[in-house]
Amino acid sequence: MFPNLKNPVFTDTNELDEMARQIRRDIMNMLLISKSGHSGGPLGLADIFAALYFNRLNLIPEDPYNEQRDYFFLSIGHVAPVWYATLARRGYFPLDELKTLRKVNGRLQGHPAPLKTHGLPGVEIASGALGQGLSIAAGAAIGLKLSGKPNRVFCMAGDGELDEGQMWEAAMTAAHHNADNLTVIVDRNHCQIDNRTENVMKLEPLADKWKAFGFEVFEIDGHNMKEIMETIDKTGKVKGKPSVIIAYTKMGKGVSFMEDNYKWHGVPPNDDQGKIALGELNPTKFGDFVDYYGGK
Amino acid sequence: MNFIHKFENYLVENLDMKNPELKESRRGFGEALVELGKTNPNVVVLGGDVSGSVRTDLFRDAFPDRFFSVGISEQDMMGVAAGLAVVGKIPFASAYGEFATGRPFDQIRQSIAYSVMNVKICASHCGFTVGPDGATHQSLEDVALMRVLPHMNVITPADYNQTYRAVIKASEIDGPFYIRFYRDNSPNFTNPNAPFEFGKADTLLEGSDCAIIASGLMVWESLLAAELLAEEKIMVRVVNMHTIKPIDSNAIVSAAKNTGCIVTAEDHQIKGGLGGAVAEVLAQEYPAPVEFIGAKDTFGESGKGSELFEKYGLSKRHIVEAVKKAIKRKK
Ligand SMILES: Cc1ncc(C[n+]2csc(CCOP(=O)(O)OP(=O)(O)O)c2C)c(N)n1
Repeated sequence: MFPNLKNPVFTDTNELDEMARQIRRDIMNMLLISKSGHSGGPLGLADIFAALYFNRLNLIPEDPYNEQRDYFFLSIGHVAPVWYATLARRGYFPLDELKTLRKVNGRLQGHPAPLKTHGLPGVEIASGALGQGLSIAAGAAIGLKLSGKPNRVFCMAGDGELDEGQMWEAAMTAAHHNADNLTVIVDRNHCQIDNRTENVMKLEPLADKWKAFGFEVFEIDGHNMKEIMETIDKTGKVKGKPSVIIAYTKMGKGVSFMEDNYKWHGVPPNDDQGKIALGELNPTKFGDFVDYYGGK
Repeated sequence: MNFIHKFENYLVENLDMKNPELKESRRGFGEALVELGKTNPNVVVLGGDVSGSVRTDLFRDAFPDRFFSVGISEQDMMGVAAGLAVVGKIPFASAYGEFATGRPFDQIRQSIAYSVMNVKICASHCGFTVGPDGATHQSLEDVALMRVLPHMNVITPADYNQTYRAVIKASEIDGPFYIRFYRDNSPNFTNPNAPFEFGKADTLLEGSDCAIIASGLMVWESLLAAELLAEEKIMVRVVNMHTIKPIDSNAIVSAAKNTGCIVTAEDHQIKGGLGGAVAEVLAQEYPAPVEFIGAKDTFGESGKGSELFEKYGLSKRHIVEAVKKAIKRKK
């Protein structure tokens, strides 16, 4: 539709997997430097972010607000590290800036800050207070349809976040207005802060809930690059209603002691843990933005 | 009406203080939206199942393609509005005062104010005059909630004509706005042709004994009080502080300098409202005695608007007393 926009960068899933691994390494390095931030959710989403930003989204990093871009809204602002790492890798801002996560006077705020006040390229709107992103995505989708524009709208949501009533208000709004240009991706890692999701607030049968709310539902392995990309294509072809991709992921994916453990929702690794984590995430051809341990 | 002759341009021609034209300010909002529908293709309107009440039905019927029903979901409505703004629309989101501000406060804070989105939040049914509906529906905290948010602009027009003009003006300025108006008929006394100067208070009446700084419905009530005071040879300045944020500090300081004492009057909680805003300016720039008219840290109750104004101390009689008290406190 927009032949001049700059994706895909990689079509080979091995390369996308490698980029996802680099993003995971970047997340660990960022958190080691900032000593503050969320490990689990970001690690679990690296594959989906690599697929979106290095293959599927229409975008121009040098012209991030180009009218032809696909809109990406991060409803779960706390997973900002995976977004920042992806944006930097994709050329939205210098890799070196990843060192400034959560630092004063920086653009990489703990939760994504608005364009107009902090000016981080690629961010459309603030998030951090859960439950708001789907309304915004629905509004954008409705507005684009009104203008007769073909841009797609993506909203990344958490599973714990679905406890928020506004998410379901927004789901109704999107379906009521036949927002078939909207794809919601739910990070179904079964973890939130206090415990596993089904202990905090039962979500199942989750696919049935979305169906009942008028969505076309897809369920995928959120770490299978081929499946992620094929499903993003499929949701783009759905007509007359919005789509949701329930992506089964593992919190902390790639770091053995963090995997599937809700206690890693909101804490950074300490230096010892970080060393083990980076040992498990093999270096890639893309190279790290920092040598945190200085060769030690 | 010779005591207001100086400001005839500001008021409707041949204003009859005893028998003014009555009009609903919410209708000024609805009609302004229809005008914007014709002139600005980017204007879109959201409906929250109160369209007939807040008069967005006028826009809905004229421009059905640009009207989006979101159901009874004020939190979602604010997010949807923000999303529409992201893609370049100028969304108007409206509800009753409390449900347009208190219910979706966090949504407004993050997705509209912090994100500096071009969203216009317009609230009808504000203040005590929704009367019989009782305290749940009497929005007395909305101005405080919106005023405290960085980047948010707040307008409280005095009548139908001014609501119309304020809505048009807000559509022309990029950024988040909160506009507050009323359900019931009230005197329509401002000149429909006078320009709406955003952020600049209007002096309706000149006088040197005291200044009444009023907002919304209380501007008219203050004119009535001024008339009573004039009979006792007490001449007051009356200021219509239609823009609460950014507040016109020059007008406040000048009123204090020239009259020596201030009375604020609003159909809202004094704390956090216009009273608070005026006191903040005076404390820092020109300390002077201030008396406050408005809700005194209390919720309302069922009753006629006029009965509630009487009971909660918002009638012209109370303003007259407050002026006399303020004058006594002058050094
Ligand atoms: C409105 C709101 N309430 C509470 C929080 C605190 N909080 C941040 S993340 C989170 C859990 C979210 O769970 P989920 O969406 O599953 O994300 P994950 O744990 O998988 O990263 C909570 C409760 C918040 N950010 N916003």
